[in-house]
Amino acid sequence: MKHKTENAEELKELARQIRILILKMTSKAGSGHPGGSMSATELLTALYFNTLNLDSDNLKDENRDRFLLSKGHCSPGLYAVLSKRGLFPEEELINSFRQTNSRFSGHVHRTTPGIEMSFGSLGQGLAIGSGMALSAKLDNKSFKTFVMLGDGEMQEGMIWESFMFAGFKKLNNLIAIIDRNKCQNDGYVAETLEIDPLDEKIKSFNWNVIEIDGHNFEEIFEAFEQASNSDKPFAIIANTIKGKGVSFMENDPQWHGKALDEEQLKKALKELGG
Amino acid sequence: METKMEAIREGYGRGVINIAKKDPNVVFLDADLAMSTKSIKAKEVDPERHFYSGISEQAMIGEAVGLALTGKKVFASTFAIFLSRAFEPIRQSICYGNVPVKLVGSHSGVHVGEDGPSAQMTEDISIMRALPNMNVIVASDSVEAEKATEFLLDFDKPCYLRTGRNKVPVLHSDNYKFEFGKANVLKNGNDATIIACGVMVSIALEAAELLKKENISLRVINMHTIKPLDKKTVVNASKETKAILTAEDHQINGGLGSAVAEVLAEKNLNVNFARIGMNNSFAESGKPDELFEKYGFTAKHLAEKVKTLL
Repeated sequence: MKHKTENAEELKELARQIRILILKMTSKAGSGHPGGSMSATELLTALYFNTLNLDSDNLKDENRDRFLLSKGHCSPGLYAVLSKRGLFPEEELINSFRQTNSRFSGHVHRTTPGIEMSFGSLGQGLAIGSGMALSAKLDNKSFKTFVMLGDGEMQEGMIWESFMFAGFKKLNNLIAIIDRNKCQNDGYVAETLEIDPLDEKIKSFNWNVIEIDGHNFEEIFEAFEQASNSDKPFAIIANTIKGKGVSFMENDPQWHGKALDEEQLKKALKELGG
Repeated sequence: METKMEAIREGYGRGVINIAKKDPNVVFLDADLAMSTKSIKAKEVDPERHFYSGISEQAMIGEAVGLALTGKKVFASTFAIFLSRAFEPIRQSICYGNVPVKLVGSHSGVHVGEDGPSAQMTEDISIMRALPNMNVIVASDSVEAEKATEFLLDFDKPCYLRTGRNKVPVLHSDNYKFEFGKANVLKNGNDATIIACGVMVSIALEAAELLKKENISLRVINMHTIKPLDKKTVVNASKETKAILTAEDHQINGGLGSAVAEVLAEKNLNVNFARIGMNNSFAESGKPDELFEKYGFTAKHLAEKVKTLL
């Protein structure tokens, strides 16, 4: 089944439910990465409920669009979206995420339905996406490759090797989405190793770049539209808020890699209307 | 008759031509050194199917994985040492992802010579062997490299193929059939065994000639597949001869010698045993033959070591 909706209310409601799932599965597991999953929620929702050419009944279709979660620790966000696309039951996801014998590894693994590639060690998605985009060019296939990167991940040298390669090869079927939530594990990106001016850096590698509000569906779709008509690889710097949707989680790096306890979860779900 | 000499990597180059002609779906990646690794030969068949990642070995591994995930058969090569630059992407994306990329590392071992230890990769077998899902082949001559390359075209698992820079004797004839995972007993013998890989195989055969003069009958095994290891051939050697010596142009820790030692220990096989290789040290710049003399890799060294085991 394919899914394409532009209804803003429907998308907002999906995003709300996805955040609830993210919090439930991480709290149940007692660990995981809710903050960066919640900053990416609208981006993932827009991809999987509108933009990606993906048939949930034919996940191996060789002409499908590819999505790579290079920031593979944000598995809760992607799993939640995929379960909403009907790939697996929500209950199983909540109850078995990060558990032994589960289909849902802490970081994404390609043995899970709908997961294109295993990630969790930062820096690798853009290179793999470049390979996929190059492959599409070789075979004259029209599929696109989307790679979601963390902003802290921009500190990995391998990312810049890949910006250089894709720009040089003019891979205009490759789209990088940078979840610019400004936090990383130990604190703020700006205090750890600042990556700005990010747009100028990426442009200088022969990419087209747009900066948007990563929680605004209209801006997200406009960016994807521009990306599909680009003469160069296309980067979307999506300004987001880590922990978006729950007041006490927003912009606080501690929720990068920590789950809410029972009390906190109750409070958060109340805010989200869960 | 004079022995024909050829660099192992030349055989890889011929293999590249053969598989590029055979299969339009195979692609080749190099960082920069395609003229040296010999995958530049792919361009003779189809320039559109050879790519440079640039001197960006980590990205090369990722690009190889992306190509493989979208249906390409991928050979990625550089000097053996520089593949180790991308160890973690190899672990994460090729091995954990279990994506059937073929890695080809040339310029292996002390035999690289004059460039010195920064280019003399002596830890690759150990590193690659430790990785789950990775398979490891060490070619002993150019013919074996060519045949192994042809074999790898349709091999659907990750694999590392070790080649080499400098000329070594050609041991195999053109009709040699490479059998993955099955060691070749090149010379039968019943006193002692040398299990060798790569450039050490021809030296082990020379050692057999030296020992023959002293009425010592040496078995010589070419262990071209280090992982999975042909345990049966090791066990047979331990039962049918009185001593086993391993020989590799590599550290003795973690490579062929360790792999053989594991079999002997786990199966409680009581046989005199020693390993030839670099022992927790780096070599230096110099001519390959002189370095082999200095670091104990010659036929004479091997023969003497065998005698101490008997």
